[in-house]
Amino acid sequence: MSKTCRLLFAGFGGQGILFAGKFLAYKGLIEDKQVSWLPSYGPEMRGGTANCSVIISDEPIGSPIVDAPDVLIAMNLPSLEKYENSVVSGGKIFVDSTLIDKKVERTDVDVYYIPATQMAYDNNIKTLANMIITGKVLKEVESFSLDNVDAALKKVVSARKIELLGVNETAIKSGYDYAE
Amino acid sequence: MSVVFEKPKALTDAVLHYCPGCTHGIIHRLVAEVIDELGIEGDTIGVAPVGCAVMAYNYFTCDFVQAAHGRAPAVATGVKRSDPSKIVFTYQGDGDLAAIGTAETVHAAARRENITVIFVNNAIYGMTGGQMAPTTLPGQVTQTSPYGRDVETVGYPVKVCELLSNVDGAAYLERVAVNNVKNVKNAKKAIKKAFQNQLEGKGFSLIEVVSTCPTNWGMTPEKALEWVDEKMIPYYPLGVYKDIYAEEEAK
Amino acid sequence: MSEKVLMKGNEAIAEAAIQAGCHHYFGYPITPQTEVAAYMAKRMPKIGGTFLQAESEVSAINMVIGVASTGKRVMTSSSSPGVSLKAEGISYLAGCDLPAVVVNVQRGGPGLGGIQPSQSDYFQSTKGGGHGDYRNIVLAPSSVQEMASLTVKAFDLADKYSMVSMILADGTMGQMMEPVSLDVGEVTKYEKPWALTGTKCEREHNIVNSLYLKPEELEIKNFERYEKYKAIEENEVMYEEYLMDDAEVCVVAFGITSRVAKNAINEARANGVKVGMIRPITVWPFPKKVLEAAADKCKAFICVEMSMGQMIEDVELAIRCKKPVYLCNRVGGMIPTPEEVLAKINEVNENGGAF
Repeated sequence: MSKTCRLLFAGFGGQGILFAGKFLAYKGLIEDKQVSWLPSYGPEMRGGTANCSVIISDEPIGSPIVDAPDVLIAMNLPSLEKYENSVVSGGKIFVDSTLIDKKVERTDVDVYYIPATQMAYDNNIKTLANMIITGKVLKEVESFSLDNVDAALKKVVSARKIELLGVNETAIKSGYDYAE
Repeated sequence: MSVVFEKPKALTDAVLHYCPGCTHGIIHRLVAEVIDELGIEGDTIGVAPVGCAVMAYNYFTCDFVQAAHGRAPAVATGVKRSDPSKIVFTYQGDGDLAAIGTAETVHAAARRENITVIFVNNAIYGMTGGQMAPTTLPGQVTQTSPYGRDVETVGYPVKVCELLSNVDGAAYLERVAVNNVKNVKNAKKAIKKAFQNQLEGKGFSLIEVVSTCPTNWGMTPEKALEWVDEKMIPYYPLGVYKDIYAEEEAK
Repeated sequence: MSEKVLMKGNEAIAEAAIQAGCHHYFGYPITPQTEVAAYMAKRMPKIGGTFLQAESEVSAINMVIGVASTGKRVMTSSSSPGVSLKAEGISYLAGCDLPAVVVNVQRGGPGLGGIQPSQSDYFQSTKGGGHGDYRNIVLAPSSVQEMASLTVKAFDLADKYSMVSMILADGTMGQMMEPVSLDVGEVTKYEKPWALTGTKCEREHNIVNSLYLKPEELEIKNFERYEKYKAIEENEVMYEEYLMDDAEVCVVAFGITSRVAKNAINEARANGVKVGMIRPITVWPFPKKVLEAAADKCKAFICVEMSMGQMIEDVELAIRCKKPVYLCNRVGGMIPTPEEVLAKINEVNENGGAF
């Protein structure tokens, strides 16, 4: 793993794409890394496709735009189709296999299929497929770990919804522990 | 010997640049008398328009800001919001208030912005030399309506008090004139009330003063005053168009 | 130093403004800067300040004039089409010598254009936009931290010189989040004897005005203003030099494109290409001297811009056309990739100096 990790979260608006990215960025900040978070913005935020670029690095970050991700988190089919080929060779692709039937065609990347949306339903945390898949990212990406999950969640879960801290943590853990 | 008549303290010694017979001078004086009587000179901030009254800042002794064309109510909003303890008034003509600044006027009223607006309606653009105004009467000849205002092609005059009377936020709207002694006295009463409303935090008050422009109407000052009675007032009837506090009291 | 928080650039501008003592904000919704207004709407009532959503950009800038004339710190923000509407008011602020901060989070144009980031309002902000002879101080942040710190700086410069300071950002800068410290330090207070505070019947009335009917007087006013601008060009230029010590190719870029360029420069350096960058932080006053000095050492310049080539004219003027200047640009909301910039660096490095 290089000193810089470029991640691209992509899916539908409403799946918590931006939230998951923000969580990882905050976790990086707490761990004294350089971080940046850049959302797609505009009409597509209201239910269309949404994505966000997250960079976590030991060095100052140049461009915040992730054109060639080390890690792609695809939460719907259009996102996988659009970004599969942009992932760097040797990179990782995380696929929500509940919503995406298609298999990744690339052979030079590591691919992880997680039925995140199904798991979210099964665990009665319907809206947290994003955090389940993020849990898997924490497990599989070398420089990441479960450290500081709690502290980072406290930064991104708004005070009004503080009761949701626990379920977010559960979601991350279940994704982390998921074995294909 | 006792003094029976003197210049209001709220007016400077500068000589007014207005044309002979123009009623801006009377309206300036009425505003200044009201400022004197309410003892608010030191706390008043005026907003000057673009138009004949652009240099109002030279004639009043209070602080003054000169606004872009039509924007006086927005500038006054900023001044008032900056320090609500100040008494803020705009002084605007018909082109300024009812054409280029219609949006600013309507929305300041809608916000019930606690300011006083003195609106001088003389049915013509004076400073630029007599062009058609939003309030030019049907058939009235001006430089840009040389065959008379043709409502079929350029539409109808804007009646500001009637228009604003439908705006919930407007607190007090009255149309007055200054073409005879009786009307001048009424005008002063209305202007005083519009300032008092502000002191009492009652919100947006606008006094429309039906005025003259002898130069651009092509009339003697005397004839112009008559023309107000003959033509202007029938189209722009005088009276109170809205007074939410009087309405409340009446209930 | 205060704890760093993750914030959107737009939010950082808003909070920094409040920290700098701006308690009056007037705006109108437009993508991609709306978070500034939303943030102000939340915060201002809590600190006894004013947030007002105006009926138009035109009204918003005139409300700014109202507050500015009373001597208090005030801000408005918008994106490109909205800034065009503010142009009238900006000219009046210049003509009245009033301090105010105007933020432009640029998007693609002309016309309604698009909502994706752009730098094509460079001319509008640095050369005018409104009518008449005037300048704005224009600060171009390239990080969320600078969105905050340059906003504080903008208020200081506006008061110091009694004029408009602009923040020239873009959609990326406005929307991205980065760690930011909001420790603004000491805020300097400036005397404003001209302010409309009511005479209390104790002084002559103050008049805030841009009308001078006598041409002799208006000419003097303009001369005086340009003396002030000259002092600003002497004293307030800000820029960053990146790997310029031995650079043979000099990239010039501001804002988001300077960050893209940095990636490309690092890559080129890894391949042994001697390339560096001068990043204007003030785009007016433009860092002419450092560029002219670079022209004596470098063989060529590359302007990386999200416009059809606007800043490039200032670069050519600054270096007095001593060396060739090449344009590397994307427009319409497109952002140049590091690869595109790298390709240009390599091309210019191989061929560019030969003439």
